[in-house]
This record gives sequence, structure tokens and C-alpha cells, in this order.
Amino acid sequence: MAVSDHTSSSNHAAGFAAIPAAARPLAIEARGLVKSFDGIRAVDGVDIAIPEGAIYGILGPNGAGKTTTLRMLLGIIDPDEGVRRVFGHDRPHDIGRLIGYLPEERGLYPSMKAIEAIAFMGALRGLSLKEGRLRGVALLERHGLGDAADRPIRQLSKGMAQTVQLLGTLVHRPRLVVLDEPFSGLDAINQGKLEAMIRALAEDGVTVIFSTHVIHHAERLCEGVAIIAGGKVPYAGSVEAARDRIPAQVRLETRAREGAWLSALPRDTRRSGDFFQFALPATGVEPLLRQLIEGEAGILSLSIERAGLHDAFVAIAGEAAARQIEADAAQGARA
Amino acid sequence: MTESSAPIRPRLNALQAAWVIARRDFVAVLFSRAFLFFLLGPLFPVFVGGMAGSIGGQVQREAVSIDVGLAMSGEHNAALIAARARLAPQLGGAVPMLRAVPEAAADPAFDARAFMEARRGNYAAILTGTPTAPVLTGTEGQIARWQGPVSLLAGSAAAAETVSFPEIAAEVVATSAASERSSRIQTAQIAQMLLFLLTMLLAGMVLSNLVEEKANKIIEILAAAIPMDAVFMGKLFAMLGVSFVGIAVWGAAAWGLWMAGGETITTVTGCDLARLPAPAVGWPLFIALGVIYFAMAYLLLGALFLTIGAMASTVREVQTLSMPVTMLQLMVFFLAAYTINHPGSGMEMAAIAFPLSSPFAMLARAAMEPQLWTHALALVWQGLAVLGIVKAGSLLFRKRVMKSGGAGRAKASRFGRRAPPVPAHLPAHLPAPAE
Repeated sequence: MAVSDHTSSSNHAAGFAAIPAAARPLAIEARGLVKSFDGIRAVDGVDIAIPEGAIYGILGPNGAGKTTTLRMLLGIIDPDEGVRRVFGHDRPHDIGRLIGYLPEERGLYPSMKAIEAIAFMGALRGLSLKEGRLRGVALLERHGLGDAADRPIRQLSKGMAQTVQLLGTLVHRPRLVVLDEPFSGLDAINQGKLEAMIRALAEDGVTVIFSTHVIHHAERLCEGVAIIAGGKVPYAGSVEAARDRIPAQVRLETRAREGAWLSALPRDTRRSGDFFQFALPATGVEPLLRQLIEGEAGILSLSIERAGLHDAFVAIAGEAAARQIEADAAQGARA
Repeated sequence: MTESSAPIRPRLNALQAAWVIARRDFVAVLFSRAFLFFLLGPLFPVFVGGMAGSIGGQVQREAVSIDVGLAMSGEHNAALIAARARLAPQLGGAVPMLRAVPEAAADPAFDARAFMEARRGNYAAILTGTPTAPVLTGTEGQIARWQGPVSLLAGSAAAAETVSFPEIAAEVVATSAASERSSRIQTAQIAQMLLFLLTMLLAGMVLSNLVEEKANKIIEILAAAIPMDAVFMGKLFAMLGVSFVGIAVWGAAAWGLWMAGGETITTVTGCDLARLPAPAVGWPLFIALGVIYFAMAYLLLGALFLTIGAMASTVREVQTLSMPVTMLQLMVFFLAAYTINHPGSGMEMAAIAFPLSSPFAMLARAAMEPQLWTHALALVWQGLAVLGIVKAGSLLFRKRVMKSGGAGRAKASRFGRRAPPVPAHLPAHLPAPAE
């Protein structure tokens, strides 16, 4: 899906994809962010550094502190402690024209026409209404919603309204786009479209930050993630580094159910149906294979898979957080 | 800290941001069906009030008699009725209606006391005896009320010759010191009442607008894009603009009515606006000050309502919190109304100094006193108070409303409070991260 309309920033960002993250200027830097509500710490010492041009995921279950963190980063609320900087500015409102934000709770004026809603959101970020309407028409047509331009929001489907709001978030061509749970409430097709849209933005050099409790979205899209649970960030860094924290997983299927060969399997082996699953031993797979063959295990299949982000999340955030995020994702899918 | 290499474009300033909000709100409210109903709103109380007044008047007329029953001889009854006819043009409603009691004519032993105690007839009191020795029977209150007029009527009826009343030649002067002060008090009272009614009627719109935005969940988009102060100011001025439109429409309608039937209105209401006494600063300036003080009263109350909206998370909370403010507004109105008769008193100074009552007190002052510099001072003070309340409201909003995401506190309690703390360090069995 070709969505990018960031002609003003594309030159600036064209080279970002090729530049290592560490070498890029930071779009966002936060250190020691703390926020309490009614004496309860919703966010407890969050450190995040997000390079320009990155797609970055804030990953955690509901109630972990994702939204509060994003609100502090955007200046909607101020942290009790810590510092945050967006493009080097302490007060994000000072560079409001560079930021696009889609909150988790979608909101539009029901009686407003789609095109007016987009133009209004652009006007909030400094775009003239005339220019906002012009760009809005182009964006709506590009996304197959040209016919909906003059229809009031209340007459649009939920998916269409969400798309209108997303286009309103992008109409002023921001350099930083922050999306709070952007995939929630979308069907699989629209989720795919949104993923494509996020990639297109990043290709144009836009920094995209999104929060999610669906690990697969983060794994597919993100260059870096911050795993957040219980208001803390136990991990912030690249997706690759997170996955590398977990050794590769061996998945084994045998014909024999019992035998001396079982003693060759590592102690952390888990059994799931006909399969055995365990971390790849530090000595490699060859000695193990030899023992299995000699013990007549009857190998039906054996695969070695690199750990996924989900495994990394379980290891980093803990089983409780993992169960919670899976439940949230399932609930979101049902919704 | 790494500085961004890209050029940073300027942000919207507070005025531009407020303008974006004000423009949207003004257009949205003005072209909504709700505004049409809002314009028709004052008709309902007028209609209901008229109906209630009419019915109440009818009930009053039917329930409360001001007839004094006559239970004298037929000759004396006639003399008293004739005396009333002579005196009524001079005294108007001061003399009671007189009606012969039929039961007395038919019963020579008629006992007025027993008749009244038996709750028969519908008389305020019953007059017996003769015009030279009248006896008035009734409750203590009715006797106190009618004793004097009845004595006058009886005296006139008993007079040997008919009393004639000379024509009074009148010489009218435009005003006097006492008359001018009294007249200006009337102007001040009417102006204060009008200001209060308009403010109360219109300021609630700001609150409903903010509640609507919370319900539409658009408030976070606004809060993320521009400072909340600007959002609040934009909303206030949009609603002020809408209220001016409303006032213009009502004013035009009232003017049309006046043009069409001014004399009838004057006759029915007994109030002649054309003869309303001129205020101390003169009509043009008084009207201008009225508009400005309305704007200030509206902005002050609107800012307070916005602050309430900011503190509240639900519509129910808004309703609960707005009631004390409405009561407070009534109290400050009474305070300002009281000070009309006490210019220069400590009470008047307090009413001027307290921001919410200041516009009312100052408008009354404009009716009573010609000095203008006090108005400039008061307007600056009121403007500062508006800014202060808006600032406080936006701070409260940021502190109290933006607490959590979609699931609110429930989400936080589900995971953030009850779940065991997540270890900050990796489990011991895991290898060190690959660099």
C-alpha cells in the first residue's frame, strides 16, 4: 500500500535506513520517567532512546504503563521525575507540528465530515484548513475512501472512521508518528494495510512509535522495542538483541516414547504432545544427534529455530506478564 | 543529548491554537439542531411562567375574596355602596369591594360572628351596625387590613352632604435628587438581573461542550496537539461568540415584539422601557459596559465550569460538582444586588474584588456612578481572574483526567497493582545478551 506523502521530509530521511541506529540522531530520549496516580506508580523509571527513522514498539500488557509513557513523551502529561526530549526539545508542544499522535481511544466529532475532520486535525498541527482539505482529499482517495469525504463521521463504519483518524494524524506530514494500540479493533485486512502504512512512513524517514500488546506486530515491524511491564522497562533495545537473549530452540519428534536416549535430552526439556522442545545445548546439536541415533529414538523430525520475540518477552517480562499479554491479544482479536 | 539535525518548524502559538478550537466549536454549535432548540429555550419559561401566572391569578381570585359583606339595613347598605362608588376613583384598590349578604337580608337575627365562624359565604369580613356605628367582623388580619378604608366609607356614607373632590393641577419636574437615585437603582437592578439570567443561561453551554468532547474521546487529540490552556480559551471564546449570536437573536426578536406591540406590552406588564431612567454613564456607554461585563461574567463562570469539567471524569461527577457552583453564583448575585443600595461600603468593595461578583457589582456601579477609571481597573482584574482560572483548570485536567489508557484504572489495577513485580534482571539461567 503506497501511503507515504512525506515529500517534505523524505530527503532528510532517505539515508536513515542505511545508517546504523547508534549513529542516528535521537527522535526521542527519556530517562528515569516516573509517574504516579493517586499514590500508585503507573510508570516507574522508564529509559528509552529511539533513533530517528526507526519503527519502535512499546510492548506490554494492558495496564503496564504504555499509554502513560507515551503521554509523557508527547507532553500530554508531565512526569513526576525524569526527563524526556523529543527532537532535542524538553517541551513537545513546542514542536507540535512535527508530531502526529493517534490515541488508543479513537475520537472524532460524529457530525463532522470526514474531510473536515482530517483538515481540523491538520489545523491543530498548524496546517491551514484549505491545505488540510486538499491533502485530505488526496489521502482519502489514495486509501479508497474518496466517496466518504463529505460524509459525516457517524455514517462511517468503525474501520473507515479509524482510517480517517489515522489520516488526520498524518495529514500535516509529521516527522514523528506515535500510535497507541493502532491495531486494536482492526480486522486482519486492515491490520495488514496498517503495517504497510507504517513501513511506508519509515521508508520516508518518519520515526514511528507504536504501543501494542500483540507481539507479532512488533516482531514483524520494529527495529527496536521497549518491553514494559508493571510500569518498568526491563528491556529496551533492538528486536534482534532481545531474541538473542534466548538460545535457539530445538524441536524434536521421535517414534520411540521411552528408552535410554531420553537421558541425552537437556534437563529443561519440555514435552508437548509428540514433541520435545529444549534450548540448543552449548555443545551444539551433533553430540545430541549421535546419542539419539545410538539410543534408537527413531527421529521423525528435528528442527532448530531461533527464539522469537514472544520467547524473549516471556524470559524478560516474566510468565505473568506473558500470560497477561496473550490474554489481552486474544481479547483484542475477539473484539 | 543528541540534537536533531533536521530543521524544526515553529509551533502554533497560544492564540493560533485557541483560534483553531474556537472556530471549530463556534461553527459546530451554531449549525447544530441543539442551538436552534437553545434559541427557543427562553420561550419555554416565558410560556410556562405566563401559564402559571394566569392559572395562579385565577386561583388567587377565586380563592381569596376581598369582598366585604354588608349586613346592615337595606338603606345603609345602599349608602355604603354609593360612598364606595364616589371614593373608588380617588383611592383605587385601597377600598374594598362591597357586597350585600343575602342571608342577612332574609334573617333579622343575623349573627355575623356565627356566620363567619361557620365558614359560610366568601367574605373577607362582614360589616354590621350603622354607618355611624359600624361593626366589622372578621379575622384579625382582615380587620387590620380593612378597618381604615371601611371607616372612610362609613364616614362618607354617613355624611349629611355629598363630599366633592377638587381637581388637582399638576406641575411635573423632570427629576429630583431623590428621584434620580431611585430611578438609577431601578436601572441597575434590571441590568444586573438581565446579566445574571443571560450568564446562567449561556455559561452551561461550555460545560456541556467539554463533556461532549470527553464522551467523543477527542479531548486527548486536542491535548496532544496544543496546550490545554489554549483548548480551554478557544472553547470559552467560541461559546462566548455563540452566546452573542443567541443574544442578538433574542434581542432582535424582543425588538420586533416591541415594535409590533410595545404599548400592549407596557399595559400588560406595567413596565415602560422607554421611560427607564438613564444610567449615570449614559445609555451608549452603559450598553457597551453591559456587553463587556456580560463577556467577563460569562468567561469567569465558563472558566469555572471548564475547571469542573476538567476535574470530573464522568457526566455524573460534572453534575454533582456544578451544583455548588450554581449556588455560589446565586449567592454572588445576591451579594452584588445587595450592594446597589450601599455604594462605597465594604460590602460593595468585596463584591467588586471577588471575581465572580465583580461584573455584576460594576455594572450596577455604571448605573449609579459616572466615574470610568474604576471600570478599566475592574476589567483588568476580571481578565486576570479568567486567565488564572483557565490555567488552574488546565493543570487539573492534566493531573486528574489523563490518568490511564482505554481501560482506565481498571487496567492499572488488573496488572499494575496486583501482578507480582516483574524482575528487573534477567533470570539467572539465561545467557548474557549478545552484543
